[in-house]
Amino acid sequence: MRDEFIRTLTQLARHDPNLFLITGDLGFGVLDHFADELPGQYFNAGVAEQNMTGVAVGLALEGKTVFTYSIANFPTLRCLEQIRNDACYHEANVKIVAIGGGFAYGALGFSHHATEDLAVMRSMPQMTVVAPGDPVEVRAATRAIYQARGPCYLRLGRGGEAAVHPKEVDFTLGRAIKLLDGNEIVYLATGGILSNVFQACQLLKTRGRQAALYSIPTVKPIDRELLETLAQRFRAIVTVEEHSVIGGLGGAVAEILASIPQPRAILKMIGLRSGFSSVVGDQEYLRKTYGLSVQAIEEIGWELLSGTGSVAAGLNHTGRFFGPVPSPGNT
Amino acid sequence: MNTRALALRIRRHAIEMTHSGNSSHVGAVLSIADILAVLYGQVMAKRPDDPKWANRDRFILSKGHAGAGIYAALAETGYFSLDQLRTHYKNGSLLSGHLSHLGIPGVELSTGSLGHGLSVAAGMALAAKHDGGSHRVFVLMSDGECDEGSNWEAILFAAHHRLSNLVAIVDYNKLQSLGSVEETIQLEPLAEKWRVFGWHVVEIDGHDHDALLNALSVDLAAYPQPTCIIAHTIKGKGVSFMENSVLWHYRSPQGEEYERALSELRADT
Repeated sequence: MRDEFIRTLTQLARHDPNLFLITGDLGFGVLDHFADELPGQYFNAGVAEQNMTGVAVGLALEGKTVFTYSIANFPTLRCLEQIRNDACYHEANVKIVAIGGGFAYGALGFSHHATEDLAVMRSMPQMTVVAPGDPVEVRAATRAIYQARGPCYLRLGRGGEAAVHPKEVDFTLGRAIKLLDGNEIVYLATGGILSNVFQACQLLKTRGRQAALYSIPTVKPIDRELLETLAQRFRAIVTVEEHSVIGGLGGAVAEILASIPQPRAILKMIGLRSGFSSVVGDQEYLRKTYGLSVQAIEEIGWELLSGTGSVAAGLNHTGRFFGPVPSPGNT
Repeated sequence: MNTRALALRIRRHAIEMTHSGNSSHVGAVLSIADILAVLYGQVMAKRPDDPKWANRDRFILSKGHAGAGIYAALAETGYFSLDQLRTHYKNGSLLSGHLSHLGIPGVELSTGSLGHGLSVAAGMALAAKHDGGSHRVFVLMSDGECDEGSNWEAILFAAHHRLSNLVAIVDYNKLQSLGSVEETIQLEPLAEKWRVFGWHVVEIDGHDHDALLNALSVDLAAYPQPTCIIAHTIKGKGVSFMENSVLWHYRSPQGEEYERALSELRADT
């Protein structure tokens, strides 16, 4: 995803001398093309995310479109007040890019797990929040946030993700992208977990059941119109995100469903419960540990479709407790 | 209007605004009234009838709690009507206690949380360098604000990028929120700190208009690095019972104190 992002950004910057890229001293080997070709539009702000964001706002207030770039929680949580007060309040054209959404940096440890970023960024006024599902969506999303006015957050995976979409997608900020038709249940996925959800749907198909699937690259503004339709058409909506179940895609969908008088669909949120992972492992290992494997995602759908198990009994979200010892207060 | 007369009017507005709004931070405004008067009255290139004029000098008040001073300076120099100052801090007003740009021509950046202004100013200075602009970017900070780590990130950044069009002014009144700077988090040797971080540093009396004019008008192109003006000031300057007192970071002048403050500022002319 990150290579697709930087390739697209370089293409855009070639034709726009007012497009700037500032990194917080990360992106070894990734940003070279941009930096070498457009040195006047590239800065390394050093290990100083608060200043990076403030400088980006200063540039943006002078008419530039500025992408800040770092990994995990560094370009978001570390400088959250600069994002809120400087970028959002001034509706500055600052595009925050985080590499390593979810468990992409799995074995590096909890500091590098971006598992609350969608919730936090979604709560920022004026902020558009985008988590593309595959490299095809990254290409389109990068162009879309470049063209959009105001602050945006782009949450990416890492490198080497396979494309889920067979060809270019029709991408509009705030609109979901349909991948599979189905009946009874519909999966909604945001970010790089899309690939696992797609595979889960294929597994269901081999078992003779058809689930619908939409990618939700724009978590904010959420595709309200579509959700209102899905809430009447399907028996269950299953959200899947490599993120806390608090305030991310599941939360956004829940907010919409709560505002519909009598939705037909119940909501199942697949995601991470609030907490920290102290388990060491790569992305797929941690996904499996915390209930985000292809099989786990498929199993939820199977239980819903066949009316069995705790899911159908009304447990409204899944995902294992973080950490070795579940505590009763953990939600 | 000469800068001394402007400073006096800013001070009187500060007393009246904090009195009628029952708001705080009057001491912080009195501390910077002379700096604001010299900047808005003489130094800065500006067009009040065209506040977004591309070649204007930019000014950011990083110590946003002294926002009343900027509102007063802007109204006095023609950005909006003096009548609007009377709405300060009132329900439905555009003039909040901390500085906000929304609906207020001439405010470049909304502030209030400390440690934000210098980074944004550095970004503006960087843009000016990139675009070949000849304007300058001024940012006025408090001394207590120098506790914020984000400022030191910006100080490093501005020096590294040789932002000679950037001027940081530190309102060094030696008092912060709960007590003296010295007993809170020692800043000394402050000038030396900025200097070793790569800035051109000037120390002046922040109430001496000639010194301010001289420091703020100096040919900045003569220095390849950004400039820091450490302005030694007195918190509450101009009202005897407010000077050097933390109390007036919070207290609003009412009753006899209000009358006395205004009479002292009248006498000063």
